Amino acid sequence: MELDPVMLARIQFAFTISFHIVFPAFTIGLSAFITVLLLLWLRSGQEKFHRLARFWTKIFAVSFAMGVVSGIVLSYQFGTNWSRFSEFSGNVIGPLIGYEVLTAFYLEATFLGILLFGWSRFPPWLITLAAALVAIGTATSAFWILAANSWMQTPAGHEIRNGIAFPVSWWAIIFNPSFPYRFAHMLNAAYLTTAVVVLAVGARYLLAGRHPEESRTMLRMAVGMIFVTAPLQLVIGDMHGLNTLKHQPAKVAAMEGHWDGSKPGALVLFGIPDEKARKNHYEIAIPKAGSLILTHSWDGRYPGLTSFPEKDWPPVANVFFAFRIMVGIGMLLIAIGLYGAFLWWRGRLFEDRWFLRPVSHTWSLGFIAILAGWFVTEQGRQPWVVQGLMRTADATSPVPGASVAGTLALFVFIYGIVFSMGIYYINRLIHAGPKGDVAEVPEGLPNRPLSAAEEAAREATGRPRGGGPGFSLGTRKE
Amino acid sequence: MEEYLPLIWAGLIGTAVAMYVILDGFDLGIGILFPFARKEEDRDVMMNSVAPFWDGNETWLVLGGGGLWVAFPTAYAVIMPAFYLPVIGMLLALVLRGVSFEFRWVAKPAHLMWDIAFAGGSIAAAFLQGVILGGLLQGVEVVNRQYAGGPFDWLTPFSIFVGFAVVAGYALLGATWLVMRTSGPVQEFGRHWSTPLLLAVLGAMAVVSLWTPLTVDRIAVRWFSLPNIFYLWPIPLITALVGYLVFSWLRRGDDVKPFLGSVVLFLLGYCGLVISTAPYLVPPHLTFWDTAAAPSSQLFLLAGTVFLLPLILGYTFFVYWMFRGKIGPGEGYH
Repeated sequence: MELDPVMLARIQFAFTISFHIVFPAFTIGLSAFITVLLLLWLRSGQEKFHRLARFWTKIFAVSFAMGVVSGIVLSYQFGTNWSRFSEFSGNVIGPLIGYEVLTAFYLEATFLGILLFGWSRFPPWLITLAAALVAIGTATSAFWILAANSWMQTPAGHEIRNGIAFPVSWWAIIFNPSFPYRFAHMLNAAYLTTAVVVLAVGARYLLAGRHPEESRTMLRMAVGMIFVTAPLQLVIGDMHGLNTLKHQPAKVAAMEGHWDGSKPGALVLFGIPDEKARKNHYEIAIPKAGSLILTHSWDGRYPGLTSFPEKDWPPVANVFFAFRIMVGIGMLLIAIGLYGAFLWWRGRLFEDRWFLRPVSHTWSLGFIAILAGWFVTEQGRQPWVVQGLMRTADATSPVPGASVAGTLALFVFIYGIVFSMGIYYINRLIHAGPKGDVAEVPEGLPNRPLSAAEEAAREATGRPRGGGPGFSLGTRKE
Repeated sequence: MEEYLPLIWAGLIGTAVAMYVILDGFDLGIGILFPFARKEEDRDVMMNSVAPFWDGNETWLVLGGGGLWVAFPTAYAVIMPAFYLPVIGMLLALVLRGVSFEFRWVAKPAHLMWDIAFAGGSIAAAFLQGVILGGLLQGVEVVNRQYAGGPFDWLTPFSIFVGFAVVAGYALLGATWLVMRTSGPVQEFGRHWSTPLLLAVLGAMAVVSLWTPLTVDRIAVRWFSLPNIFYLWPIPLITALVGYLVFSWLRRGDDVKPFLGSVVLFLLGYCGLVISTAPYLVPPHLTFWDTAAAPSSQLFLLAGTVFLLPLILGYTFFVYWMFRGKIGPGEGYH
């Protein structure tokens, strides 16, 4: 079998970016959560917030490291695997990536040092400020990256000269038609996903009878967050879908499994799309409901796949199934949020095992939905790398298929080890649970609070420098 | 203004790469020296001395690569495929060493695997960066503004030599960093390795200075033609002088100066390379001007960079300053 460099490059990119996106999604949410915990701690002085913030910061550190290293890979892969795309679009989306690095990446990477290593040296307000800057940095990062991705989906504000895209209006490039929806959808997904993880961890402790105070706080905060963000995600997703129908109708046709645009579209609950036969097998569908959702009319029409030449079809079955996975999980999360809020209202949130037991296992749902959603939008854009402007097949580098295949194997091997170990370690951290500062002393030395003499010396010198191990300003409220 | 934009961007990217080489240089250097430190406590101190900074340091690599794409998309689109295998190898090596910073602590006491990943990843990343540099100095085959060579064009005795030279150079930065930032046995360890590494680096600089003009005509012309030679002869002389100073500071037991001197050595070597290659971004075919992005793209990002880069340098300095002073054993664990 001949190695198809385009397919291999796509598989390699899909592989590395799928591993990557899980971690930014989690760290966007987690940094915001940690900031909120620290603010609550500063305001209320309650130790549980401090313990929770320290606990989640450890998990954040491991996740962030994986997000950073897998992200650096991507910034070079545009060039190594997609050099023709890089040259074609560099004038337009290059500066967006540049702004991501300058406004976000430095901010989060630099202040992360204070958040992770500053506890024994700096006052709580500085740690909180660092956490807030990290949270702002991660969200800003999402802003620029999604602007760049959205331009590939719905390009605007450019002109093509000599086969290369040139900028005309930066405003139109950044705020291209799909960007506001995609950005809102992804940011909300990150907060929702993180809340689902926090819920699972809280439920796990509560069921095991461990850390009751912390797990109740986690459960309340997570349920509140899911109750708001899960239905909100449905609303944003619906608006996003209407926007896609306007700008990328072939993608929507694949998502809906809608073949014949001359008839009203059904809402296909299940089916197996067959590109050759141009229909769905074993279809279970609600007639005309698709039209109602997308056109707000029972008899509305929207393009089906047969309205487009077959060479412009995305891989229908992949998009179709990924969309159903995303929406299915979304519905489940809405149900979890509603039921959790109901239990909270009835005062049974911490006792109902029929709720706690399942949600203690559902930590991965948000991640799966995010991946599925990206599969929908990225595969739904095929066969284009930049919708309507450049085909994926014309975007690759002049690199032999064997090089791509060889490095793909290396990626699979190394990412396989690194990320499975990472998840194992995160699980171990969760198993160990939130603790007081005693747990952080590496050499088994006893923890000692800040002595008055040291505090006086620190004030005298004006230097918040920690002494030996286990020395922690964070254990006291000043 | 427009004809200066590519030069301004070449200067900015040059600065980003120099920042990267120095900052990630010392923290990759810590990884390179890792196998030579025997005791676990010593390795803990070594790693802690760079742990708060490595992520910020590596951001300069993203700025270098991202900046190249923004300002010189054609150069980016030629260099990355030309060095496909070493670039991806380097990225994977950085993955392994990057996660080790966190994994090693969480895995304790079963952290041997991450000691190996940290050291191996650091050594491989440094070596491959040198290989890429060496390959770039030698030149890249370009036809029709696209890379036209094979997958192994970069693999030459020269590029491998430069690979080893960069490993030694980063190790020197790492060793003198330890002299500056630590005390006790780890500082002793840094001091012990600094001098042989310094000699290796000076030797490697001399070899590269002779090897490149002997094999690449344009570099020989650049350095040895009139009147260039009159302006350029102080550079090797100053380099030798700084090398001697670092040597004597190390012998005198100075803590801070050897590191600063090593940084100056790196900058001098970097200047030498720039003099050899400018105005080519992809020697010997594409110059800054050949590969520049649209002026409005360069201007758009420049407008933000003028404000953001000083801010970034400011808070980078702030964080280094906050973590100043010697690192004690067991300190810094989170």
